[in-house]
Amino acid sequence: MTETVQSVGQTAQAATRRKRSRIGVRPPVWFLIPAVVVYLIVVVVPNLRGFGYAFTDWDGISAGFDFVGFKNFAHLLDDPNTVSAFTNTILFTLGTALLQNVVGLGLALVCNSLIKTKQWLRLVFFLPVVLTPIVTAYLWSYLLNPDGTVNELLRQAGLGAFQQDWLGDPGIALWSIVFAAVWQGVGFTMVIYLAGLQGVSQDVLEAAAIDGAGPSRRLFQVILPLINGAVVINVLLTLTSGLKQFDLVFAMTSGGPAGATQTLAFIIYKNAFTNLDYPTAVAQGVVLTLIVAVVAIVQLRLTTRKGLE
Amino acid sequence: MSTYTWRTLILEIVFIIVGIIFLIPFLVLLSVAFRNPNAPRGPFDLTWPPSLDNLVTAWQTSAMGAALLNSAIITIISVILIVVFASAAAYPLSRYTQRWSRGVFYFFVAGLLVAGQASILPLYTFVRDIGLMNTLWAVILIEVGANMPFTIFLYTAFLRELPRDYEEASQIDGAGPTRVFVSVVFPLLRPVTGTILILTALGVWNDFFTPLLYLSGGGNKTAPLTLYTYVGQYSSNWPLVFSALLLSILPILVLYVFTQRYIIRGFASGLKG
Repeated sequence: MTETVQSVGQTAQAATRRKRSRIGVRPPVWFLIPAVVVYLIVVVVPNLRGFGYAFTDWDGISAGFDFVGFKNFAHLLDDPNTVSAFTNTILFTLGTALLQNVVGLGLALVCNSLIKTKQWLRLVFFLPVVLTPIVTAYLWSYLLNPDGTVNELLRQAGLGAFQQDWLGDPGIALWSIVFAAVWQGVGFTMVIYLAGLQGVSQDVLEAAAIDGAGPSRRLFQVILPLINGAVVINVLLTLTSGLKQFDLVFAMTSGGPAGATQTLAFIIYKNAFTNLDYPTAVAQGVVLTLIVAVVAIVQLRLTTRKGLE
Repeated sequence: MSTYTWRTLILEIVFIIVGIIFLIPFLVLLSVAFRNPNAPRGPFDLTWPPSLDNLVTAWQTSAMGAALLNSAIITIISVILIVVFASAAAYPLSRYTQRWSRGVFYFFVAGLLVAGQASILPLYTFVRDIGLMNTLWAVILIEVGANMPFTIFLYTAFLRELPRDYEEASQIDGAGPTRVFVSVVFPLLRPVTGTILILTALGVWNDFFTPLLYLSGGGNKTAPLTLYTYVGQYSSNWPLVFSALLLSILPILVLYVFTQRYIIRGFASGLKG
């Protein structure tokens, strides 16, 4: 993605340079200073320090600290909390990414069809995207409580047998949070797919239909390859935001019941600010950062290889 | 496929129903916030006539007014600084083609890959040690720094495609480089600036984690953080909690109603590239 933009930019720049080599625009280099300084302070230096501290017993208060090698990381492997948070994070991420992309694509196809209310539907499905995540969390805590709206609706529909303690049952709680996250984020995924679909010409689809391609073949063999760019970006964004999930878990269940919903981002917070166990929190932070970076790099590689604009 | 058939009609009806189901949480939010304790509760918690008492009590007991003001201050200052810093930095990055300029560009873009969880504690102790704890400036500093990679990437990509004719013309007319940027280049960036305004303003307003770390111990709380504290106090009183929820999102809802088209377009164009 980056490289394509850049090479286009460079060709244009080379052409301009040849034409007007005399004039040349030379913006002041000091324009970079504020951005570089604030970026160094907030992102670069703290991350480098974090990666360094992960190999020490730094506690944030005493001035000195000692190098301990991989001890902090070794400790993570036999810490049952880290292992369960890791599993929960992976399940949560795969669940939200899969559901949000399938439902988001479905909604985008509907909002790209000939129905008359598509502008209104787009507005409705997008609304939760602008909502504060912690508001979503409390809203769904109410809807999903044992006497809440969801159980009430099930009972009235004659499906009383399906009533659950959605956030209190360790086997279900994580999936209830997945559901709330998808409700919040699916409109966003839909809008990106919609932007992709608007670039697919009706003629191509009609030609495929005339050639005898049914709806599912048109979707998988014509539409999806044409909106490959939107697919890659949506998968990347849903995966990385799933891996970093904190707000919903923090406000809906605080990681409970019995740790069944704790994610990596959540236990990093808990170790750092409740247990004041800095070495563990920093090491977990390094692990999560590496996971997110690997996912993002793999995705971006796929993107550039396919020549996406 | 290109005409409205009875199949399209069925699709339309089904998805109107899906849309209504999708809105049920908002309906419940309103009916619980406006709950009248003396009226029987209907479906979706509706009571009639609605009562404003919960909203009034929540407003009086939650300090939400001051919190909304804090959120507004943080959001406005952060967004202005983000736009100024990022557009200024992107200008030289897009106009110089030497190796150093590409290097600095990738140095910023690399930040897009960094989740930031390893930096939480070093950043936290740094803010504590320089004495910014429990000040709005701590949050502003972090929001501005964290938004640099994404916004510089968008601005630089846009500027590289922008023809230089206008800049050169005004340079020939005798304007200095700073003047050229302020009065010629920056106005041409309007489409990207719009996208960045929308995305960063919503991101900063809705951020819960940064205020949780840096403003929890003091009197300067943001709207989401105040909500969290309030729920801690009144967790069993859903009408009050939902009234506070409603108050905290009122500015966003009003903004969404008036600018939804730009917001949706901003999301689609900003995160596509």
